[in-house]
Amino acid sequence: MTILNLLFIVFLGILFFIAYFHISNYLLDSYGGKSVKRYNIENSIRVIVFIAPAFIVLFVFILYPVFETIRLSFYDKFGREFVGLYNYKWAVNDPEFRRSILNNLVWLLVVPTLSTFFGLVIANLADRIWWGSIAKSIIFMPMAISFVGAGVIWKFIYEYRGPDNTQIGLLNAIIVSLGYEPQAWLTIPIWNNFFLMAIMIWIQTGLALVIFSAALRSIPKEMLEAARIDGASELKIFFSIIIPYLEQTILVIWTLITIIVLRIFDIIFAMTNGEWQTGVLANLMYDWMFRGGGDSGRGSVLAIVIMIGVIPILAWNLYKHRQEQKI
Amino acid sequence: MKKISLSSVLSQLLLLFFVIVWIIPTFGLFISSLRDKDLLAISGWWTALTTTEINEIYRMSGMEAQIEEDGYFKIKGKLFEENSGKKIESFGINSKKINEFKIGDIAIFKDESEVILDEDGNYEWRSKSEFQKKKGKRLFTTSLSPPSFTFENYREVLFKEGIGRAFINTMAVALPSTLIPLIICSFFAYSLTWMRFYGRDTLLAIIIASLVVPLQMSLIPILTIYNDFGALFGVAAKSYPGVWMAHTGFGLASTTFLLRNFLKSLPNEMMEAAKVDGASHYDIFLRIIIPLSIPAFASIFILQFLWCWNDLLVGLVFLDQVPSEIILTAKLKELLGSRGENWEILTTGAFVSMTVPLFIFFALQRYFIRGLVAGSVKG
Repeated sequence: MTILNLLFIVFLGILFFIAYFHISNYLLDSYGGKSVKRYNIENSIRVIVFIAPAFIVLFVFILYPVFETIRLSFYDKFGREFVGLYNYKWAVNDPEFRRSILNNLVWLLVVPTLSTFFGLVIANLADRIWWGSIAKSIIFMPMAISFVGAGVIWKFIYEYRGPDNTQIGLLNAIIVSLGYEPQAWLTIPIWNNFFLMAIMIWIQTGLALVIFSAALRSIPKEMLEAARIDGASELKIFFSIIIPYLEQTILVIWTLITIIVLRIFDIIFAMTNGEWQTGVLANLMYDWMFRGGGDSGRGSVLAIVIMIGVIPILAWNLYKHRQEQKI
Repeated sequence: MKKISLSSVLSQLLLLFFVIVWIIPTFGLFISSLRDKDLLAISGWWTALTTTEINEIYRMSGMEAQIEEDGYFKIKGKLFEENSGKKIESFGINSKKINEFKIGDIAIFKDESEVILDEDGNYEWRSKSEFQKKKGKRLFTTSLSPPSFTFENYREVLFKEGIGRAFINTMAVALPSTLIPLIICSFFAYSLTWMRFYGRDTLLAIIIASLVVPLQMSLIPILTIYNDFGALFGVAAKSYPGVWMAHTGFGLASTTFLLRNFLKSLPNEMMEAAKVDGASHYDIFLRIIIPLSIPAFASIFILQFLWCWNDLLVGLVFLDQVPSEIILTAKLKELLGSRGENWEILTTGAFVSMTVPLFIFFALQRYFIRGLVAGSVKG
């Protein structure tokens, strides 16, 4: 496809939707309004015109797939024969699946906790320093770039050369200058997971930071002033006033990052592709979508496991969100 | 007072530490993308401003290049390009003693031919007898190279490695994938907020329920639909319209949710007044809603655009991995596999892929943050 063709298709695609709404509404406008009956017909048609595209997309891309994925999880790899709980039994007994679940759990414990913690500390520091907003910008920046881009950035940091060569990876250069042997960090099982998590923490801290920054402003200044006059140290204020005051926000951010981490795929796919025992559920699922011509049964089971993990956390988060809006 | 200033200094130092740790990875990538690729391969980016020592092996020309001069058979030539800036410090003729000779020394081979070399890499190899071998002998050089910055990597990556085309492809994926949901969701959110019809609350409940469905749940069924669709009509199943609609589908619930929250905050009286004046819903939408919603649109646009630009999974599953369709993230992942040692290509490619997000980030940070804080519900 040439670039000119591509440009044409893009233009056409966008124009199609604008034209759909404009033409159908134009026709309705010229039809209705002449009598009460016509007005009513016009209104009910217009509801359909407004809703139809979004609803069709919602149905095809979200609603139908949810039920289809649940159905497929009880069928064989081609989705033809009913196999009962076979795929679920396979998952429970599969060492790769267990490894992925375990890795996912470690990710869930480490990444949201550390990102939230760093975000809170940095927000608190930056709030009191004149160049704080520049600092916040810099720490927030990784949020804008892709996981794959971040993967390349960090793969360069972890780059390994044999002991006789000059190290061009920053981490190994530091290790060597301290007198240790260079390491191929991403290939050391167990520990490599933490090197991958560092990337995610590097990205997500920015998210926690901006939300905390906004929340910090809601703490009454008088309360902090009073504590300072009473001689409380900054550390004491942080633990005894700020953390209790921001408890709700901390929980919201923690769950937010948890949801992102539950679906983590790109970083591991780009960095290790799940080798050296770094696989997580989303990667295993992608793998089974195509491995051996694809196994829709096993892939579906894995998707369902991810969804079961996400639902309670996101539901709680939404509930909180709505509660806040009501207040 | 003294205690306060101490703690202030400590917090400044601590914050500075965080800032440095956070900026260094990206900074290193950026510096590396501008360095000469030969230097990049042998020295860390933090040495970019210093002179680098390079050990290299060159082979001199063979018998075809020889000329007869002053009673000698001579082969003259250059080891490397004139403008590389390299200066040879020492050289050797044996891999065990690569620093045996200084510039100006005459090195003598076993066959009694001799070679002299200047620091710019010009050599003269002479012998009493005629040269017989097709291949010349090897020289081991140790040279110093000054700091060298270049845009050569960018030219290479954009035009030879296919990153340039992937950039255009990503734009062709991300732009419609942002505008289409924005168009259809704004009508959807409008009808959910300002139109009365049967089942409105149920529909709203469905939207909110859709927020909790992770992307992974949709992949297998939609891929099947696309393949069946392709087989039925005999067209390529995976292509741009398919990926736009997939992104639209995955962004629909959150976009609608955010827009509806915004529209709900608009004053009801305004719509009523317009209705009394005989305006249709479409008039109200065009003349009142759109102008008022520009800031909300901006936030949602940025959020969805960055999401599509940075996405890997959707582009991987719903596009063919061919040059005319591959997106930047997928291309980068491919390069990580095939050119894992060529850091000039990887760093430059990654930086090219980051230009658009970084531009949006610095130019529109306010909208980005607002959208992010409000839109943290994407499933």
